[in-house]
Amino acid sequence: MSKVDLAQFHKAFHEESLDGLDAMEQALLALDEGAEDPELINVVFRAAHSIKGGAATFGFNDVAAFTHVAENLMDEVRSGRRPMEKAVVELLLRSGDIIRDMLSLQMAGQPGATTESQTLLAELSAMVSGGTAAPVAAKAAAPAEAVEGWDIAFRPFDYLLKTGNDPARMFRELEALGPLTTTVDASKLPALADMDPTASYLAYTLRLDAGAKRAAVEGVFDWVDGDCDLAVTPRLAAAPASAPAPVVPVAASAAPRAVREVATSSEASSVRVGIEKIDMLINLVGELVITQAMLTQFDDGVDASQLEMFRHGLAQLGRHTRELQESVMSIRMLPISTVFNRFPRLVRDLAQKLDKKVVLDLRGETTELDKTVLEKIGDPLVHLVRNAIDHGLEGPAKRTAAGKSDTGTLRMEAFHRGGSIVVEVGDDGAGLNRDAIVAKAIQRGIIASGEGMSDDAVAELIFEAGFSTAAATTDLSGRGVGMDVVRRNVMDLGGTVSIRSVYGKGTTFTITLPLTLAIIDGLTAAVGSETYIVPLVSIVESVQVKADAVRSVVGGGELFRFRDEWLPIVRLFDVFGCEGERRAIQDGIVIVVEGEGTRIGLFADELIGQQQAVVKSLEANYRRVVGISGATILADGSVALITDIAGLVRLQARRKAA
Amino acid sequence: MNQPASNAATAEAAQYLSVNLGNEEYGVDILAVREIRGWTAVTRIPQAPPYVLGVLNLRGAIVPVLDLRLRFGLAREEYTATTVCVIVTVAGRQFGVVVDAVSDVVEVAPDGVRPVPDMGTTVDTEYLKGLTSVGERMVLLLDVDRLLQPQDAQMLDAALAAQETKAVA
Repeated sequence: MSKVDLAQFHKAFHEESLDGLDAMEQALLALDEGAEDPELINVVFRAAHSIKGGAATFGFNDVAAFTHVAENLMDEVRSGRRPMEKAVVELLLRSGDIIRDMLSLQMAGQPGATTESQTLLAELSAMVSGGTAAPVAAKAAAPAEAVEGWDIAFRPFDYLLKTGNDPARMFRELEALGPLTTTVDASKLPALADMDPTASYLAYTLRLDAGAKRAAVEGVFDWVDGDCDLAVTPRLAAAPASAPAPVVPVAASAAPRAVREVATSSEASSVRVGIEKIDMLINLVGELVITQAMLTQFDDGVDASQLEMFRHGLAQLGRHTRELQESVMSIRMLPISTVFNRFPRLVRDLAQKLDKKVVLDLRGETTELDKTVLEKIGDPLVHLVRNAIDHGLEGPAKRTAAGKSDTGTLRMEAFHRGGSIVVEVGDDGAGLNRDAIVAKAIQRGIIASGEGMSDDAVAELIFEAGFSTAAATTDLSGRGVGMDVVRRNVMDLGGTVSIRSVYGKGTTFTITLPLTLAIIDGLTAAVGSETYIVPLVSIVESVQVKADAVRSVVGGGELFRFRDEWLPIVRLFDVFGCEGERRAIQDGIVIVVEGEGTRIGLFADELIGQQQAVVKSLEANYRRVVGISGATILADGSVALITDIAGLVRLQARRKAA
Repeated sequence: MNQPASNAATAEAAQYLSVNLGNEEYGVDILAVREIRGWTAVTRIPQAPPYVLGVLNLRGAIVPVLDLRLRFGLAREEYTATTVCVIVTVAGRQFGVVVDAVSDVVEVAPDGVRPVPDMGTTVDTEYLKGLTSVGERMVLLLDVDRLLQPQDAQMLDAALAAQETKAVA
């Protein structure tokens, strides 16, 4: 057989496995909440089974071996030999986490087995063989301990290979259970001339010298059930054997927690796209081709009689282009459920740890968001959820005392509003304590006094760097690097975050995000002969500044008065090293922008207008440029650079420090 | 990028696009050449070395353009209708090279390439793969791979770093 490079399928397998693990986790959480749907157990079993099969195929033996034992446990539950207890769910949830880590490690070419996986493997094995729950209905081979080995007679039907199964792969899987001796019966092999190369003529006698469980041995042949003659007979030990647990080959080297790094480095992404979206695209391209063909007949110019048709064609072209753009953009859009899905588990674990009762209410999971936004919104959301459970929601006793139900509700909701996506995280907990926040802010020197500040302004204070009201630093949150990081992350995505809180009633965080990062709204500003795009989300206002409103400071910096603040002026021709047409401050325009919570004034010659800009990478062919986040193409085909406001703010801060 | 060319060269003649720079003629490996364009105005980019003129829009991709004259320390020419921008792809990156003119495509037999003697050509010999003669003309073969990388990448990095430290200092 020719050797196929399996590595090309690794990525697909990895993604599929992750999907499987997600499905498994969701099913387990549903089971944990008392759902009694046998289908859920099947979902868990199937996920584990596919991962095991795939891992064995691709030679990820550590994962295969581990999953195998987890699968055995599930099989006992599925066949009704073991009730679905809390302990089992817990163990399986943790197994899912470990498998995820192991997969990342093996994808990175490292041994998947870690000390953690070995510990958990031992726990799993202990539960499977022996275990806490008594077998409900013992099968024929119940006293598995007494089995010394297995004799397996395996005769595939001639079409077995065509079903995509490969005996050699199954034998490899058997080998993972213990030493295996294989004897081949080739008596059915026809003469070479009569042989059909796709048919299977061989029969095998296998001898497995390990006391594995019957389910484990038969499990290997699950996929070929009905496509072969199979007889599995136990060889009983003469004396009661020393109860060998399934032998699992485990590489001794215990890789430390490099797992997370590995996971992020292998993040190179792909998107799974629904076939209907692709059909839609093909349709649109077809339409576009027709329109184009129609327009080519006007190659030699248009006479008056054809004008109407020509106009019609142009309008059609415009419409198709727009639709095509929307369609292409929609490919990057994924439902927010891919992010939301991790929260039931997180909430469950946190609530358990803190001894609180929490119900998670997820809404609007089908709302679609750009993939790049989705990837980056996860961490801020996790932070908000941790905060809500740790600080927001009270324990059952406190809640009852406050006249609320003892179970707190955490609501996560995503929906469209205008051209943006809104994600809300709300709790019905204690709400923000105005006095505590004001006191803390004064202590930290963020404000001088809380007098005259509106409740909203006070709530905003928690976004200041270094602010945390948690009396004691807990393992979960309260390190004082909380909300300011959330705000910064959201702002990096071109979004905003706001807070609404009623003392005693709860707190709601509202994150507003742009639909996509691939297109931004911006103002075009001219500086000399150059055109720069300033992202609209960063712009506070643009003003004309009189010369007498400007103060020079030591070191060459300039400040101007904007409302009640003095803001530094950044002259774009200066930072970008081009020729500005207007140098006097009153001749040009100052665009007040905000980045990373700091405001600066950008000085440009004039504003040209507002437009949508398709963001193009400058780094693809060139490299990163300080103060520039990318480039776009203007209507006349020339290139305009997009300013990176956060970068300019940092640049200005460094100048000031100088 | 250069690999296929040199492989082919061992078997048969390699083709080079010959371009003019001042009085000298240079050869660019034709397998690296994507297209030849007339000169169009570019958008300047901040913090770039002087020979990087800016970026242009190549069917939706943002492509940097460098001037081979400035790159090798020659005086800058006026950009005219005959000024040509050769788009090349090296190591997956595209960039444009501005030259005075493009003359033709020359075939160079593998044994026709001679090492460059150190004789004061405009171009530093480290950017040359060798030289060859076509009839009476002499063509210097450019090592396109090295035009923007890695020395230039390093220089660009240095320029960036300088920019940042200048801001700090």
